[in-house]
Amino acid sequence: MNAAVLQPVQETLTQKIQVKNLNFYYGGFHALKDINLQIPERRVTAFIGPSGCGKSTLLRTFNRMYALYPKQEARGEILIDGDDILSPRQDLNRLRAKVGMVFQKPTPFPMSIHDNIAFGVRLYESLSMREMEERVEWALRKAALWEEVKDKLKQSGTSLSGGQQQRLCIARGIAVKPEVLLLDEPASALDPISTGRIEELVHELKNDYTIVIVTHNMQQAARVSDYTAYMYLGEMVEFGVTDEVFIKPKKKETEDYITGRFG
Amino acid sequence: MSASIAFMDLYSRRLWINRFNLAVSLLTMLIGLFWLGWILLTLFEAGFRTLGPALFFTMTPPPGASGGLSNAIAGSLIMAAMGTLIGTPIGMMAGIYLAEFGSRGWLAPVTRFINDILLSAPSIVVGLFVYEVYVIHTRHFSAWAGTMALALIVIPVVIRTTENMLRLVPDSLREAAAALGAPQWKVITLVTVRAAKAGILTGILLAVARISGETAPLLFTALNNQFWSLDMNQPMANLPVVIFQFAMSPYENWQHLAWAGALIITLGVLVLNILARVFFRNKSPTY
Amino acid sequence: MSSVADTMDGLSRSDAGISPVSKTIPDANLRSQHRLDLLFRLATRFFAFLVLLLLAGIIVSLVAGSLPALRAFGPGFLTSAQWNPVTEQFGALVPIAGTLLTSFIALLIGIPVSFGIALFLTELSPIWMRRPLGTAIELLAAIPSIIYGMWGLFVFAPAFAQLQPWLTATLGAIPLAGMLFQGPPMGIGVLTAGIILAIMVIPFIAAVMRDVFEVVPSVLKESAYALGSTTWEVVWNVVLPYTRVGVVGGVMLGLGRALGETMAVTFVIGNAHKLNASLMMPGNSIASALANEFTEAVGDLYSSALIELGLILFLITFVVLALSKMLLLRLGRMEGQKT
Repeated sequence: MNAAVLQPVQETLTQKIQVKNLNFYYGGFHALKDINLQIPERRVTAFIGPSGCGKSTLLRTFNRMYALYPKQEARGEILIDGDDILSPRQDLNRLRAKVGMVFQKPTPFPMSIHDNIAFGVRLYESLSMREMEERVEWALRKAALWEEVKDKLKQSGTSLSGGQQQRLCIARGIAVKPEVLLLDEPASALDPISTGRIEELVHELKNDYTIVIVTHNMQQAARVSDYTAYMYLGEMVEFGVTDEVFIKPKKKETEDYITGRFG
Repeated sequence: MSASIAFMDLYSRRLWINRFNLAVSLLTMLIGLFWLGWILLTLFEAGFRTLGPALFFTMTPPPGASGGLSNAIAGSLIMAAMGTLIGTPIGMMAGIYLAEFGSRGWLAPVTRFINDILLSAPSIVVGLFVYEVYVIHTRHFSAWAGTMALALIVIPVVIRTTENMLRLVPDSLREAAAALGAPQWKVITLVTVRAAKAGILTGILLAVARISGETAPLLFTALNNQFWSLDMNQPMANLPVVIFQFAMSPYENWQHLAWAGALIITLGVLVLNILARVFFRNKSPTY
Repeated sequence: MSSVADTMDGLSRSDAGISPVSKTIPDANLRSQHRLDLLFRLATRFFAFLVLLLLAGIIVSLVAGSLPALRAFGPGFLTSAQWNPVTEQFGALVPIAGTLLTSFIALLIGIPVSFGIALFLTELSPIWMRRPLGTAIELLAAIPSIIYGMWGLFVFAPAFAQLQPWLTATLGAIPLAGMLFQGPPMGIGVLTAGIILAIMVIPFIAAVMRDVFEVVPSVLKESAYALGSTTWEVVWNVVLPYTRVGVVGGVMLGLGRALGETMAVTFVIGNAHKLNASLMMPGNSIASALANEFTEAVGDLYSSALIELGLILFLITFVVLALSKMLLLRLGRMEGQKT
């Protein structure tokens, strides 16, 4: 493992997402400036930085969530498995079926726990009742929620506690079997115990998924991620293996930020 | 010394002005409640005398004979139900456009503006409009014409509430559904509208309450019918117009029936209003 | 990297398989979803457009219907007080005057009362009473107008007739303005219609006033209280100026309602096509002329004249309501800038 840690991104790992010269604009505001980045497959990559640095904006380009809103525009290239997802020919629904996302605040749909998970699955798969039940159980187990909700699948998703809701959203994201999972500060609205469970979950999920997590909590980034990107004012300041970024950052700014927060 | 006395004078004057005006404010509140109380009291007193099973099971009588309001009640229920059934989907679709697609282009702001005007436009003009475009061409008054007029009154109410309620749904919910790869029409129909369901239903209830008492738009459309008729192509009896006719008549038994009809309508409308409020209060805080 | 492979095997072999679905989504499926999206958007757009069509339809049909009257009477229709179905001479002056007069009386009474109610609901009422009291006032708006009409005719008018001689004796004695209060104590007439209308518009105006009063930032009110202002001074000098635009918008909304109100007025206005100096004499309004005469109008010119009345009513209310809406929008924008 040590050898792998010392020589980061370029070795045997496949690069799942490659960002090349990415610029992002909110109307006239230049929010991301010439971002270049390679995100390895089946690893956890964390984006850290002060609020407003563009880390969430960057995350939301990976499933083009920004396209829901007028006047938001990305320029450059983002390759996922070699395909440029910023190309106008990219089908957004296909992209989003492939790149799942979990948000800062839990967003259970106003329907039962079962239907919350089945909703995404039904979009592009036609499963039998039995297969669907299996899939729901599978996703809930993966999200470590099954034991808590298996007797109340018919209850509304909104009746769960905050931490459970967030795991339900993760289960919903996993159920459609994406390849990439984007987590936008998934634990910031949760208590420490729920946060701990989400972190464990991230740790397990990385065996199957490429995970990108945005967090303002640096301890969390250090705990869960393999790679860390530090961003500031829309620029990528430093990117590397998490341990290196935290223990001996190459850039002065990174060090200031990390020590300022830790100290 | 004198400065402080002057100060006290001014101060007590200000206090008295304050007290006086606040007392007037309390008085206006009491006046408002007084009207409500007076109207309801009159209705109960005058309406209860005639209230009974015969009211619901016998038809509107000729002057001097005894009878009930069964045909008018049935007609009102039919036309209000049909009007709501026709108006609601139209209003919801337009409301969805305003809330979900209305961020660009000229159509949404203009429609919103016009809709708010139609919401308060005189309902008698709606009756005239339906008379001009429908009754004249079919050459007779009919329940369909009445239904059309009522639907046209339902539409602006439903548009307004649908839009307002959809706007209360947080964008994060839309994003969450889109993030699964859901096409927009599914995001809206299966998630967003569902999240706003309680509010939209409340609006529909209020629209039903509003058209149940509407008289003016029915005068030139459904008119009235002294017989039992469920034919939508014929004039149809309805409570408001019967009340109008009977109340303005010199016959005492007709006037009694008019009071009973007024009591039924008012109770129905008030119950719908209170239901809508209770419903919305219990169901809304999902988000 | 063997460790990664190990854990992968260990954890996911038992699973139903992680093979991603996205690659197997057929293009045809995605294309059909896009078609449905487009269809849905166009459908909702169509129904939104229908609202504009409805407005255009109302105006066009009313204009078309009033063409015979427009040709026969021209602009003189607006200034003629004649209304004679037998000789087919029609003029709109009496109903227009009645509509404007009754609405004016309604506002004269309604504005101060609504203001008092809104003030009570926002500043004076104990918190626990605000909701039930507010609901009670809103219920006043929910009562169908025909009920107001009946109640006005059978209950209010006789009671008011008792009061009329006294009004004639006191207010009628004032020089000039006194002639507004002359006439037999019949209970019905323009003044009665105006009072009933006032009761009807109070809940609308009060609701808007209450809503805009609640918008005033509490910091603003608190700083006025901190200077030693009384409640009344805070409302008069801070709240009212701050919400002025919205209050006027609410008043216009009430005016729009009053102008078009049909049934309540029809019962009590007296339905006389006569111009009278006294408010206690019967008159007519546009809406009640329509309600009373339209179905019985014989002859094209007669109904056409009535439709032209409807057109005039629609145009007046349209302008008033449009102004109201613009004022309320302006208040909304002011708020937007401040927060």
